Amino acid sequence: MSDLTDRGTAQRAGLFVAYDTPDFFCELMNRKDAPPDSLALVRERLSRFDLPELRQRAGAAEAELYNLGITFTVYTDRDAIDRILPFDLIPHILTAAEWDHVERGVRQRVTAINHFLWDIYHEKRILKDGIIPAELVLGNPNYRPEMEGLDVPGGVYVHINGTDIVRDGDGRFLVLEDNARTPSGVSYVIENRHMMLRVMPDLAAGLDLMPVDEYGLRLRHALAEVAPQGVMDPQVVLLSPGIYNSAYFEHVFLAREMGVPLVEGRDLVVEGGRVYMRTVAGLRPVHSIYRRLNDDFLDPQVFNPDSMLGVPGLVDAYRRGNVTIANAIGTGVADDKAVYAYMPRIIRYYLSEEPILSNVDTHICAEAEGLAYTLANLDKLVVKPVGESGGYGLIIGPHATRTELDEFRVKLLADPANYISQPVISLSVCPTLCDAGVEARHVDLRPFAVTGRSTWVLPGGLSRVALRKGSLVVNSSQGGGSKDTWVLAS
Amino acid sequence: MNPIIVDAPPADGTMPILLSRYAECTIWLARYMERIENLARLIDVTETFVRSGSTVNGWQSIIQINADEERFFARHAVATEESVVGFYVTDRENPNSIASIAHAARENARALRPLISTEMWTQLNIFTNTVRALGTTDIRSSNLSALCARLKQECQTHHGITEGTFYRDQAWLFYLIGRNLERGDQITRLIDIKYHTLLPSVAGVGSEVDISQWTAVLRSAAAYHAFRRVVPGEMTPGTVAGFLLKNDGFPRSLSTCLRQLHWAVGHLRTDYGLKHGYAAAERIEELRATLAEQTVKDIILRGLHEFLDWVQRELRLVQGEIAQAFWPPMEPPPAPAPAQSQSQA
Repeated sequence: MSDLTDRGTAQRAGLFVAYDTPDFFCELMNRKDAPPDSLALVRERLSRFDLPELRQRAGAAEAELYNLGITFTVYTDRDAIDRILPFDLIPHILTAAEWDHVERGVRQRVTAINHFLWDIYHEKRILKDGIIPAELVLGNPNYRPEMEGLDVPGGVYVHINGTDIVRDGDGRFLVLEDNARTPSGVSYVIENRHMMLRVMPDLAAGLDLMPVDEYGLRLRHALAEVAPQGVMDPQVVLLSPGIYNSAYFEHVFLAREMGVPLVEGRDLVVEGGRVYMRTVAGLRPVHSIYRRLNDDFLDPQVFNPDSMLGVPGLVDAYRRGNVTIANAIGTGVADDKAVYAYMPRIIRYYLSEEPILSNVDTHICAEAEGLAYTLANLDKLVVKPVGESGGYGLIIGPHATRTELDEFRVKLLADPANYISQPVISLSVCPTLCDAGVEARHVDLRPFAVTGRSTWVLPGGLSRVALRKGSLVVNSSQGGGSKDTWVLAS
Repeated sequence: MNPIIVDAPPADGTMPILLSRYAECTIWLARYMERIENLARLIDVTETFVRSGSTVNGWQSIIQINADEERFFARHAVATEESVVGFYVTDRENPNSIASIAHAARENARALRPLISTEMWTQLNIFTNTVRALGTTDIRSSNLSALCARLKQECQTHHGITEGTFYRDQAWLFYLIGRNLERGDQITRLIDIKYHTLLPSVAGVGSEVDISQWTAVLRSAAAYHAFRRVVPGEMTPGTVAGFLLKNDGFPRSLSTCLRQLHWAVGHLRTDYGLKHGYAAAERIEELRATLAEQTVKDIILRGLHEFLDWVQRELRLVQGEIAQAFWPPMEPPPAPAPAQSQSQA
């Protein structure tokens, strides 16, 4: 067993008696500085749990998630299988000071992204000034020429943004990627809190946690703020692909929290350049659409002609300024993994500020220098395809076999522009209930920012945890789970 | 007067918006839950009935009620307990099985999750998952009665939670419309089949066998004790059919279903200004008048089967008129309908 105390004072006792975090920054047990009293209190309370008790509560929580239908659905030919996102009862905790830093950083980043999108769909100054290669933006599959010259209300393109953040071995916060299209997971943030307070009331008792309940209200206000001008009482709706979408639960959750109708494409109709929904009392106007549908499926007249999910004529109504779509069309160019590499420069360019949250060092394989470096250090780097999400198609050099590296080298050389590389970050860990007991598992954090007239960041965010030992991939599609995120108000 | 659930519309001045699709799914959710309950009752009573040896073709009658002869005999040679119960409880290939209906109810409930209460959804979620997991052991005859009781109770729990938690606006009225359309349809099917399988009984009207069979019919509609209380002494095909068709106090009688149906459609118009429902309302009025102005003797004399057939047809037309009024088909292309397993039409 390693030494029982760490630089931060945690006593390995009770539940944590065998807990070991080699050299990682542990958000609960090894913060490498003296934690605030409230965090020490949580640590103390947790250590008094015994394993069977914790397992019994974990079982109750999972059964409840299943019964409440807080699930994502996997459809096969024969059946629909409901799966829950595994939920871990040990919270991911941020101190007030840490949150202040993260919140300012996220707000800065979202502001810069909105400036960037306005610019590339209008004057294109940043391209003309040579800050970022024009080809990278204009040749990007997610760049939408349909958006050129369109003045979106308030200059807001990204109304809802998710910023994926990790901490390195020193506990430094780093942005891993931006999600500026239709980031998901916020429903779990709120449901996890509800579940936590039900199942672990003794852990949270008396603590001053920043609340997460106002998300729906904030979102609805923001969407009303960016509704087309002159509409007195704008009708907001949430546009979902429907019950067969794996994120349908979240769509339901958000529609309910906002108190707006959840519509599908077939519920909407465009007449005379205006959008209406089909109600039992006839057609009713719609002014603001929170869409959980990708650009490609929005309007078969403009994008994918085979889309049955979208609304014919929607883009025309949008371009006439009769309806607001959130997020705007064409935001995917801003969360592209290659554009990500330029984000520090984008922030400096528009805001004349230094980035509050750093990027992970990124090498762009489209550039000769970046490619050469990546090839020379393949066994030390994480290499990611720029167009993929969900943790697919990437290779983690130190974990790969020689054969895997050789095969990947061929793929990389065949299409270098499709890849970026980053050093392997020694991701921070959190104590997590596993089969063998409470063990250290890697975590990340996705705070959600809502932008109407101003930007508000939901305290905390989605904490994802890689449940497999040593795994760095936290995505739910790759065996990840989630934790409640606690922001200590004091 | 007979009690009826009366609720004022929300008084805060805002008229809640109801998507056409939600209204449609609400009707189907109510219908499917009602249908499961009726089917569970029918299987339960048939089992008792057959076990007591009072009939020879007990299991066959369920197939007749659902007009499933063709589908059933394409897959099974004989209507035995095992084949019929399997066909109507767990067989997902049969759209009229409890497993299929529960699946359809679930899909509609999923679509309605933004609208219905969390408690409604949670119960439906657990219930339909339970039904999905039913296997051959659950439907063995030693377990069958307990299973039917459980299914019935789950449906009643659904009704209770809905009554206690579903917000009272148009959606509630559409829910009542669905429930009463289905209940009315089911009671006419029950009378139709039972009347004809029982009437030609050689033992003759009033015999022991005959009475026990009518008792079973009443029990399957949960009407036995009410009937005993209201119509003491006389149990004839006529009095039983009359009770199930025309008694205004019995919650599952045709006349009660029609009255509540009329009430709900009427309130769509008076409370929510939804005037398009008038065609359906008129048709229901005609149905009620036709039922009211005839005695059960008249009906039997003129042909009970023809009358029941006509009622079923009219109820289908009511559903069609409601659809036309509140979710008219879009000009091309037509929208795919919400999940349905309706095949009785």
